[in-house]
Amino acid sequence: MTGEGIPEQTIRKKADKIRSDASAGGYLLNPDQSFVRELVAGICVNEQRYGYPACPCRLASGSREEDLDIICPCDYRDADLNEFGACYCALYVSAGIASGEAQVTCVPERRPSRKERRKESRSAPVFAGELPEPVWRCRVCGYLCAREGPPLVCPICKASQDRFVRFI
Amino acid sequence: MRMEHVKGSKRGELILYALSTCGWCAKTRKLLDDLGVEYSYVYVDRLPHEEMESAIWEVEKHNPSGSFPTLVIDGSRAIVGFREADIREALK
Repeated sequence: MTGEGIPEQTIRKKADKIRSDASAGGYLLNPDQSFVRELVAGICVNEQRYGYPACPCRLASGSREEDLDIICPCDYRDADLNEFGACYCALYVSAGIASGEAQVTCVPERRPSRKERRKESRSAPVFAGELPEPVWRCRVCGYLCAREGPPLVCPICKASQDRFVRFI
Repeated sequence: MRMEHVKGSKRGELILYALSTCGWCAKTRKLLDDLGVEYSYVYVDRLPHEEMESAIWEVEKHNPSGSFPTLVIDGSRAIVGFREADIREALK
């Protein structure tokens, strides 16, 4: 694996940012430092290549809109942490794995296949009667807010505005 | 499709579809190297568009989720993900 000419300092800075964001949100990173460094290098490569930090363990399409669900931290992180104790890449891990009590196992791909994604039409929001404001949901952390539009940045997990979907 | 070939002892035709940025793909390559088997690999994320499409198609044929790493053995079965015990067992 290679950093593809990405300076070590850039990788280190990105790793520090990911670590501090994770700890601010109560998330933990894999205790294997060199593995984390490799994944962060991959994220930096993707950011340089595609213009957004796509998951290093998935093949990005080059279209931000198509890949919104796999921008790290991805939409599937929390579900995989709950079920397997690690996200798909094992960058984020459970407390048990972080402390060395449990081992990372192979996490199966939760993202729908290309075929399924093509079929999935943007699901229409369900309206539960008249609301004074629509409700928006952050697809990364589940934060909900009732307002005219979603915030520029999720106040909980700092995901960008385009990671929000209309919920109700 | 351009593939890299790694020499070693023959355990059938092994093709590893991987991503250059992926930690689990790197671990899978290292395992194959440590086992000393002959295999070919391709970093699908580094392929030009048309070759990438045919590589994805090939992966999806064996692994409908289209995920990486996918290790195809003799063109007939695939081990998806870094499943160390399964890979060791299959390449005994």
